[in-house]
Amino acid sequence: MKYKSQQIAYWFFGLSMLLLTLQIVYGFIMGFAHMGFDTLHEVIPFNTARAVHTNLLVVWLLSGFMGAAYYIIPEEAEYELVNVKLAYIQLISLALVGVVAIIGYHFNYWEGRKFLEIPRPLDWLVVINVLTFLGLILMTLYKGKKRTTTSLVLTMGLVFAALLYLPGMIWFDNQTTDSFFRWWVVHLWVEGVWELIMGGILAYLLIKITGVDREVIEKWLYIIVGLTFISGILGTGHHYYYIGTPRYWLIIGGIFSAMEPLAFLGMALFAIAMYRKGEKKHPNKIALNWTLGTAIVSFVGAGLLGLAHTLPGVNLYTHGTLVTAMHGHLAFWGAYGMIVFAFISYAMPNLTGRKLFDTTNGQFAFWLSNIGMLGMTVAFGVAGVAQVYMERIMGMEFGIVQKEIQVHFFVLVCCATMFATGVILYIYEFIKYGKPNIEALEA
Amino acid sequence: MLSKSQARTFFLGGTILTFVVFLGLSWHSLSQEVPKQTNPEKLTSQVIHGKELWESNNCMGCHSVFGEGAYYAPELTKVVERRGDAYIKAALMSKQSWAPRGRKMVAYGFSEQDANDLLEFFKWVGNVDLNGFPAKPTYQSTINTK
Repeated sequence: MKYKSQQIAYWFFGLSMLLLTLQIVYGFIMGFAHMGFDTLHEVIPFNTARAVHTNLLVVWLLSGFMGAAYYIIPEEAEYELVNVKLAYIQLISLALVGVVAIIGYHFNYWEGRKFLEIPRPLDWLVVINVLTFLGLILMTLYKGKKRTTTSLVLTMGLVFAALLYLPGMIWFDNQTTDSFFRWWVVHLWVEGVWELIMGGILAYLLIKITGVDREVIEKWLYIIVGLTFISGILGTGHHYYYIGTPRYWLIIGGIFSAMEPLAFLGMALFAIAMYRKGEKKHPNKIALNWTLGTAIVSFVGAGLLGLAHTLPGVNLYTHGTLVTAMHGHLAFWGAYGMIVFAFISYAMPNLTGRKLFDTTNGQFAFWLSNIGMLGMTVAFGVAGVAQVYMERIMGMEFGIVQKEIQVHFFVLVCCATMFATGVILYIYEFIKYGKPNIEALEA
Repeated sequence: MLSKSQARTFFLGGTILTFVVFLGLSWHSLSQEVPKQTNPEKLTSQVIHGKELWESNNCMGCHSVFGEGAYYAPELTKVVERRGDAYIKAALMSKQSWAPRGRKMVAYGFSEQDANDLLEFFKWVGNVDLNGFPAKPTYQSTINTK
């Protein structure tokens, strides 16, 4: 690390790991419920577990992105973060809002809109929190000596993510309009501006790890984020097929969302090409694994598996089934979970001065979590496809079908155990690094 | 090969162009087409209250409408057509967990008025033109015919 203020990133990463652990616990509760063991139903019914699971995902990823931004921006701008105290306040308030929201979900206090369950009063606190974060980042960039493409793309992603949160806070009487704008937040985050954040972080990691010239990497960054937006913005149309919006979305959404894998393919090819081109062989093998891993797994999970059910003729049958969960799990893990892991793996040796570059635990963490998640994806896929055939094509009743596919959730839970073991090993390594150390400052 | 500034132009130009098209189509959808497909004149105070109950109890955390929500409990877009008023009201007003085939629903024990409002919401949902969703099962006539 080059700037003292970069140390704040560590605490965001710590919060991230804590929330991820909780997310996995609630995932198991749901997995068991699907298997028929909903013993916690009276205390944690499925809708509570589900809201906690998805919201924790969003918050741990955001916390990871924020940590990465607090690390990257001072270094790229060559300027200390303008107000470290305020950044700590922002961290604590983020944790508090998250905890209050999650406790509320156990007491029927929520908004009940998929992914946006946080109740309205807390939404405002989220807005204040994110504004504080953005203020700190933008002021640092403004006062900084340099404005690199990487830092600008990352910041642009963060600013748009904040702006796009707002349409999700408007009340509509009409369920169709409500859903229409909910996707402005959810889709344009996940298949739009978050990819900008991912692209920015990936470019930074590739510059640092491969040693390839910044100009080359940043040029490709522009092309990839360009492809992301060109396909992703109109690709929102794949959520407008069957919600009461006009038929032209079937064509527009179909064409543009089918192009969305191009951006991820570009990202994967770009990462591999830069790795092969790079002359510098950075000793941090674990960070390299995660960096190349995120580029490849995001292409499979977000790109290919998304393509598998995005065409209207297919989606008519798969929409609202476990096929969506198949795509969702590998997409979020590959594109966003893994980029946060990649960044933490890169940053921790620099923050603490301890060089755990290629440990057995670190390697096991990578392979176990990835193989486990792939297994989970297959289990969801098999359950989802079976559900589609039995329920949507054969016309069997929902409950009968769910009984038939229970066995796949046993496989899911087994694979999830492997995944969780990998994550626990990763967190164990994270803890082993210890706290940031001022002696780790580079001269 | 593209230069960095050409790559930037591709990014900015492509983004602005597609975003403008997206805004235009969104405006057209919401102002011209959605009113035709969703019967907004039938959004009575009962339907709106039903939607509030749907959200404040996070029904979407298990069920889905328009195919959106969770996949733990049945899709409810055509629930009125499939189950009829009485069954739906019984499930909503039950003081014990409604558990068809063993999978439990939270025992909401709604009042009759709230149950009626939710039912009105489902009726409104069921009448929205969804471009053919949910598709009619191909073999329904040959299965579960008892």
